[in-house]
This record gives sequence, C-alpha cells and structure tokens, in this order.
Amino acid sequence: MTEFIIKNGHVFDAVTGQKGDVADVCMKDGKIVDKVSNSATVIDATGKTVMAGALDVHTHVAGPKVNLGRWYRPEDKFRLGERCSAKIDPKTKIEGGFSIPTVYKTGYEYARMGFAFLMEAAMPPLYSRHTHEEIRDTPIVDEAAMPVFGNNWFMFEYLKNGEIDNAAAYVAWMLRQTKGYGIKCVNPGGSEAWAWGLNCMTVNDPVPYFEITPKEIIAGLITTNEELHLPHSVHLHSNNLGNPGNFQTTLDSLKIAEDFKPNNNLGRKTVLHHTHIQFHSYGGTGWGDFESKSKEVMDYVNKTPQISIDTGSVTLDETTTMTADGPFEYHLGALNHLKWGNVDVELETSSGVVPYVYDPKVKVCDIQWAIGLEVPLFAADPMRTMITTDHPNAGPFTRYPRLYAWLMDKKYRDDLLNSFKYATKVIDATYLAEIDREISLYELSQMTRAGPAQVLGLSGSMGGLAPGMNANVAVYNINPDNMQKGIELENAFAKSAYFFKDGVKVVENGVVLEADPVVKKTYWVNAKVPENKQVMHDINEKFLKYYSVSLGNYEVIDHYAPHQEIIEV
Amino acid sequence: MTKTIKNVICTFCGTLCDDLEVDVTDDEKKILQVRNACAIGAEKYLHVGNPGRVVVPRMRQPDGTYKDVSYDEAIDFAAKTLLKAKKPLFYGWSSTNCEAISAGNVLAEKTGGVIDNCATVCHGSSLLAIQDTGVPSCTLGEVKNRADRIIFWGCNPAHAHPRHMSRYSIFPRGFFTAKGQKGRKIICVDCRETDTAKVADTFVRIKQSYDYEIIDAFRTVLRGEEIPDEVGGVPAEKIKEVIDILKSGRFVTLFFGMGLTHTLGRNHNIDEAINFIRDLNDYTKAVLIAMRGHYNVTGAGQVLGWQYGYPFACDLSRLTVARHNPGETTSVDLLVRHEVDACVVIASDLAAHFPFEATRTMASIPTITIDPHISMSTELSDLHIPVAIVGVEVGGCCYRMDNVPIETRKCVDAPEGVLDDEELFNRISKRVDEILAENGVQDASEYLAKIEQES
Repeated sequence: MTEFIIKNGHVFDAVTGQKGDVADVCMKDGKIVDKVSNSATVIDATGKTVMAGALDVHTHVAGPKVNLGRWYRPEDKFRLGERCSAKIDPKTKIEGGFSIPTVYKTGYEYARMGFAFLMEAAMPPLYSRHTHEEIRDTPIVDEAAMPVFGNNWFMFEYLKNGEIDNAAAYVAWMLRQTKGYGIKCVNPGGSEAWAWGLNCMTVNDPVPYFEITPKEIIAGLITTNEELHLPHSVHLHSNNLGNPGNFQTTLDSLKIAEDFKPNNNLGRKTVLHHTHIQFHSYGGTGWGDFESKSKEVMDYVNKTPQISIDTGSVTLDETTTMTADGPFEYHLGALNHLKWGNVDVELETSSGVVPYVYDPKVKVCDIQWAIGLEVPLFAADPMRTMITTDHPNAGPFTRYPRLYAWLMDKKYRDDLLNSFKYATKVIDATYLAEIDREISLYELSQMTRAGPAQVLGLSGSMGGLAPGMNANVAVYNINPDNMQKGIELENAFAKSAYFFKDGVKVVENGVVLEADPVVKKTYWVNAKVPENKQVMHDINEKFLKYYSVSLGNYEVIDHYAPHQEIIEV
Repeated sequence: MTKTIKNVICTFCGTLCDDLEVDVTDDEKKILQVRNACAIGAEKYLHVGNPGRVVVPRMRQPDGTYKDVSYDEAIDFAAKTLLKAKKPLFYGWSSTNCEAISAGNVLAEKTGGVIDNCATVCHGSSLLAIQDTGVPSCTLGEVKNRADRIIFWGCNPAHAHPRHMSRYSIFPRGFFTAKGQKGRKIICVDCRETDTAKVADTFVRIKQSYDYEIIDAFRTVLRGEEIPDEVGGVPAEKIKEVIDILKSGRFVTLFFGMGLTHTLGRNHNIDEAINFIRDLNDYTKAVLIAMRGHYNVTGAGQVLGWQYGYPFACDLSRLTVARHNPGETTSVDLLVRHEVDACVVIASDLAAHFPFEATRTMASIPTITIDPHISMSTELSDLHIPVAIVGVEVGGCCYRMDNVPIETRKCVDAPEGVLDDEELFNRISKRVDEILAENGVQDASEYLAKIEQES
C-alpha cells in the first residue's frame, strides 16, 4: 500500500497535543505511523493547516425522512449558483440537492471539507434497512446510525417497572437487529403522544396510556446505557423543542444526568449528550419577547462534566427540517404553512418533515442564529462541545465552513449581525454582540475532531493523529501565522487542499479524485448481555400481535452493510 | 420429504405480506404448496414451475421471428444499442428488487438515459401532490393498532390488495383496537359499489370524476360552513354524516387508489385529500396512505430519490445533471413526442398499459425488454432477456406501500443459466465500459460524437 508523508504543516491535534507545531504526519497501510520509508509520496504542507479527519456527531443524511425530503422537494435541486445538481468533478457521479443532498453529494461534500465519519442521528428501527441502504450508497465517509428508543413501547414497559436488565437486553437485541450504534432519544414520550395528536411539553407530562414521564424515560435510558457500557452516551433531543421559554425544560432534562457516572472502557467521560441545544435555549413567553437563554443553559453545561452538547447552529438558509419529533413538525407546519410530511412508526416513534426558511429579515430567525453562535462561544470545554447544524434542520452541513468562519472571526459575524433589518432588537435579545471570543484552530480541532471522537467512544481510532489511528487527515490552505478572514477562511475550509481517508488520497484542491475511491465502513455496536428469556418472549409476542412485519423479517442482514466495523462491548 | 420456508414475502402487490409459508422439494427446485397467500399471491409462486418458461434471451430477426441467443450476445446488443442512442428510456422497475434498480441506475447514468418507474402512470399524480402540499402518513402497523376510522377512496383492496383488509385495515385486532372490525367504522367512497364497498359501514356513491368537489365539500363542512344540498351526486346530509363519523374518531386513515389519482383533476384531487387530512388533524389524529400497486414501485422511487433526488421521471441524458420535469421527462410524454430513441422495459409491461401512441413509438425504436415472463412488451421488442423472479428465485430489498423496506426471500433456484436483474445490469454496465475503452473515449457523449464523425 502507498505511503504518504505530509511535510512541514502546522498540525492541530488534541490527541497528540500539537497546537500548530510544524511537524510531519506519516501514513502507511491506512494508519498513522511514526515514520515512513524513502519511497513515500511527499505532500508539501508548508504554510498549511493539518488536522485529523473530522467527525459529525449529529447529522440527518440517510433514512426514510431524509428521502421524503428529497422526494417532495424538487425545488431543492433547482437553486442557482449553489452547484446544486450537477456533475462537479470529472470522475464523480452526478450530485444533487442543497439542504437534502443525494447520497453521492453527501459523501463527496463531506470529503471535500475533510470529514471522515458521520453519525446518522435518528434511525426508526423498522426503517433501518432503508437507512443502511443509503449508508451503503454514500461514498467515502464512514457512518453509523442510532436507533430511536425514547418512544418505544418495550422501553416504556421495562423502564416503568424498573426492569433495567430487561431494558438492557432489549436494547442490545435491537442494536444487533438494526446494526445500530447507540441510544437515541427524541422528545421522550412526546412522539408516542403524537400518535393521538398530543405531546409531552415538560419532563413531568405523563405519556398517554403508558403513564411514564419523560424524566423517568431519560433516567432509565441513561441507566441502561451505562449498564451496557455502550461507546456513546444517551443522545437526547429533549421535550419542548423550538418553543419560547423552553430553556427551563432543557435545564430540567440536563439535571437528570447529575446522578450518573460514565461506565465504559472506551474513554467516554459523559453520560448524556444533548443535541442541537440551540433549539432548546430559548427564553420569552412568545415570539414577541423571544430571547436568548444560551448563557443560562451553557453555564449549567460548563459546570456539569457528565454532559456533552452539540450546537445545532442556524445558518440563515432555506432548508428542510426533519426530526423524529412528530408533534414539533406539525406545529412548525401550522406556523409556516409549508408542506407538512409526517410518518408515525408502529411501536417505535413518529417523525416529520417541513421545509423552513431562516430569513435574515425575520427577527426570530436572527435570534436563533445568534444563539447558535453563542453556545460554542460560551463553552468552557471544547472537548464536550461539538459544532453542528443538526443538518439539515438549522442549515445544511455544507455551511460548516461559514459557521467556522463566524466563530473564528468576530468582525465577520458582527458585520452580519449589524446588517439585520431588526439589528437593535436582535442585539437586545441576545448576548452575541458582547462576546469577543474567537475560536482558535486548536479549539476547532477539539470541537470537530477529538471531542466528537471521545464522546462517541471512537477516540482509539479517530479524531487524532497519533500513530496507530486511522489515517484520516485533512490539509487546509490556512496559514496560522497569517490567517485568512471571513469568506476566504470559509472557502479554505470548504475545499481542503488534501484529504486522506484511511491512507488514500481522495481529495486534492477540493476535487474528489474518484467516484468511489475507498472502502467505506459502517460502524455498529454489538453489546453482549446474558440470554434473557423474558425479553425474547415479549419480543415474540409483540411481533405476533402488534407489528406489521414478522419477527423473522425484521433483522438488517449483512448485505445491507457490506463493510462492517463492529464494536464489541 | 419437503422443506418448508417460513416468513416468505409475497412479491405481488404493495401490501408485501411477509407471513407466507412455501413448501419446496428437498433439492429446492420446485415449489409444491403455498400457505397464507391470497389467490393472486399463491399463483405467483405456483406458476413458476409451469412449462413454457423462457430461459434464454430471444432476439428478433428481420423476418419478425425470434431466435434464441446467448446472454453474452444479448448483453453486447444491449450495451451497443444504449450507447448508440442519444436518449434511451429505462422504464419499469416496479417488479424487481432495489439492488437491481441501483445497478440499473448506474447503467442509465453511464449511457445518458431517462429513468422512470410505473408511478408515472399510477401514483405519479400523488407524488406531484406530495411535492405541492406534503404528506401526513404512518406505517400500516399504526393503522392496525390505532385506527378506528378507515376511508377507502377510489380503491378496491378486496380485489387489488386482497389481504390488506385482514392484515392492516378492517379486521385485525391491534393494541388499542382489541375489538377489530367492530371497533372500526369503515367508509368507502367510489362511483361503483365494489366488493370493498360491500363490507363498508358507510358507502358514499359519487358521480364519476367529482372527487375534488366532494373532498372540498367535506372540508367546507369540517370548517362549519354551508354546502349545497347535493355535491357530485352525494346529498349534503350524507357528507355531514361522514364528517361526524370522522370527527368522533380517535385515529382516521384514508387509503386512496387509482380512482382518485386518475379521475379528472388527478394530482389536484390528491392535493385536496392531503389538505383534508391536514384539516382533520385540528380535531383528531388523521393520516393517509397511497395504495401502491406493484410490490416494489415504492422502492424504485426510493432508490432514485437517494441517488438523484427525485421519485420518478429523472432525465440523466445530459450526463452532467439530473432533471425532473413531469410532463417533459415522463415516459408517456417522451414516447408520444418521439423524444427517446431506444427503450429498456424492465420488470413491467409498458405495452399493456401505455396509451397506444406511446406503445407505437416503443415498437418503432430499438427496445429491450427484461422480464421473466412473456408479455405484450416482450412481443414488441427487439430483444427479450429473461431473468430470475424476485421473491421466488432471488431475494433482495423491496418497499411496502408505506415505504417500509422488507428483504424478500429466495425459495427455489432459477432455471439453470438464467441471470438475475442485478447481475444482468452489472454485466451490461461492464460491457459499456469495455466498448468505451475500446473506442478510447471517456463517456457516452464522446462515443456518440465519434461514431457520428465516422459515419
């Protein structure tokens, strides 16, 4: 296999502790190594920035709701000037879409930005075959997917009765059946309530019929997660998303984590990951006095080491929202009167899709934008703070470079802030104007590389440049001694100078070199538990009586994930 | 001795029943018996062993007769035909698995084709309405467990989806529906008294093609406004009665079929139905589900969706961009306007279902039909390539009408030497690559330029 040496780049890597030191990075046989032979291909990175391949801890890139978005938004492919639907590089396949790109565009665009791993954030178990089919067809990037458990009938019953062993056995069985990675919890209880057109708005609202509260669900899921020693913590999208004044619900949800300690052998130090926290940091009583409560939420996150978050930052684009939070999408559809898609899934979850325009001329959208930047800027520990757009909910992932530039360049974001039609009102309702902090390249490498790798339990192989780790290396045309600003910085992040995936050069000067250059892997977790006859009995019974498919046809068989990386715990 | 294969998935209609039991001989060559299937589904399995199956490709001769050829010859002919065409049409896909659809899409991108599936003459109008107004839906298990109000509009599952009513919609006892049929109110809206109408609690007989007006009247009554004494042949009293039934339910499900998608108004009917369901959600929970016909027409749209972003009618003929413009890139329109110059009919019967003008074009241009059976399309084709039958002789992923993917099962071996769809498309793609390489060109457009220059 080819050897590469990236010479004289400024290396930013939290794993080896390099903060811009000029150093060489060597790769051999798909791994980072100490040194290579003389025959290694030399890449000159003088005056460039070198980082490990990035990880996206929360993105919606594969599965039924993503594809519903593609189906029902042909207009998403017709945007001009965004390179939306075309063959972009000579050897790649036709790419399409802006907020909900096709699988080809997803893989290529992530690779151009230097991403090596994506976590599909919500997989309805009944649809897991679909999710895996899309993952299989997405080129280059490694992927994993988290099945949703927060509205699952089995879990309701086990957790209500305090049967943690049974809950753990069921989760382990489900991860094997769906080739899933961890426990995702979306609007606990609320999505089940939505099957009757209802919702759970606080952590104490009982779920209709099942009479369990969101608080009990979250606590039960964390207990189950730690009992199973899973690599990732519980991944929570809490109740009451998107509503003014919801920060109180968010704090109530976060407080549940206080009683727990991490229990795993993969270096994870957290027990609860709260996702897209921007959507959960709102104050006010309505849209009129809508305001930022990011400081209140982040103060709590900063002092609680068991919690990690991702930002869900708004990029002020026309996008497509999609979530397993069915009632939220209904309310959003009622608010903006754009097309409402909804899919309730038997025994498991609900979900919805609604297009949304984050219009810079609308005060509320601008406040959301500001909160999305305040969250990472208030973060005390970059290793527990991941930058995301909750793709595509707050904006498409292709806007990450712009987001990085806003965070790293105060003038760039302030110029935009002051250009808003209702700038004064927005400034009054937010903290952003007062914040001088600019994220450094080292902090960025923590928030996008080492941090997510640690939170996902993948720090042994990803998110760093230590020998033995996967040879995922991104080189950007950014000279830390003379940093670009604003749009130029954005462009440098959008088109990496080089990106190596598993030791193979897949991108050069922002061009993807081959249509399908490397073996991409699907990660899933095989959690071993003692045989549990009670759970198998329950599963048999529920499939016989209530599911619309046979138990024998539920499992995702191997050919849906041809190249598996199985994490045994 | 015989073997019994359980949990077999019936690859006939969009209901995709997955509880069949099939007895096969020990050598897995012959199907002996099928249990749990409807009459149509059982025949799908039992007919496989009938004599007269085509097992080698057939090429049409100048005198109009067919001659058996090898797969290699057939593949070479297909590759050359597609490369020589400026804009070949790939139509069908609804009766094969997603793996084959994916492999076929690769071939279509290589040769600059238009990919279209049976939705184009079926639920394409539903898809257009979904593109306009969205779709509140759910899985069929939700219907079974929760629905206490069922509407069948312009569909007749008693004949078209025979086990739909017993598995999902009328009779099953689910978690919150322990009384089964007794706990449900069934409403059937149709212009004829179908066998489905006969099992309904309320039958609303309408004048043909007045669907839009009647849904509009439903919405008007739902909002508490007045309507004329009679709309589309239905008395106002009846409309009010139906709305009362629906509003008093806990979970309403509307199933709709060709009677709504292809009567006057087409996509506008569905648009109105979707908005009716959306309105109903102000009072109770309501969803709708399209009664998709072929067992994997949904999957054809899904694969096309994640690969190119559109559910049907996707034009890749420019080789650099995927276009979707129903009315322009839809099969019937392309054929009627003579805009395609070769045709691949795959896993469907174009000639049996398209308007005569479209079929006439298909017969006049080079056409390759890929199908296990003899059909009207095969008889109008220049080449018929037989393949293994999905769900009987080969497995693979298929999508149910509610978009739930299910892996189908192989029961018996295909006749010796017969390829499956996926392998066939992979081999044609490989042959296309070889021809491009032999001619020293990068892609199909350069190949066309070269042969035009040479002639």
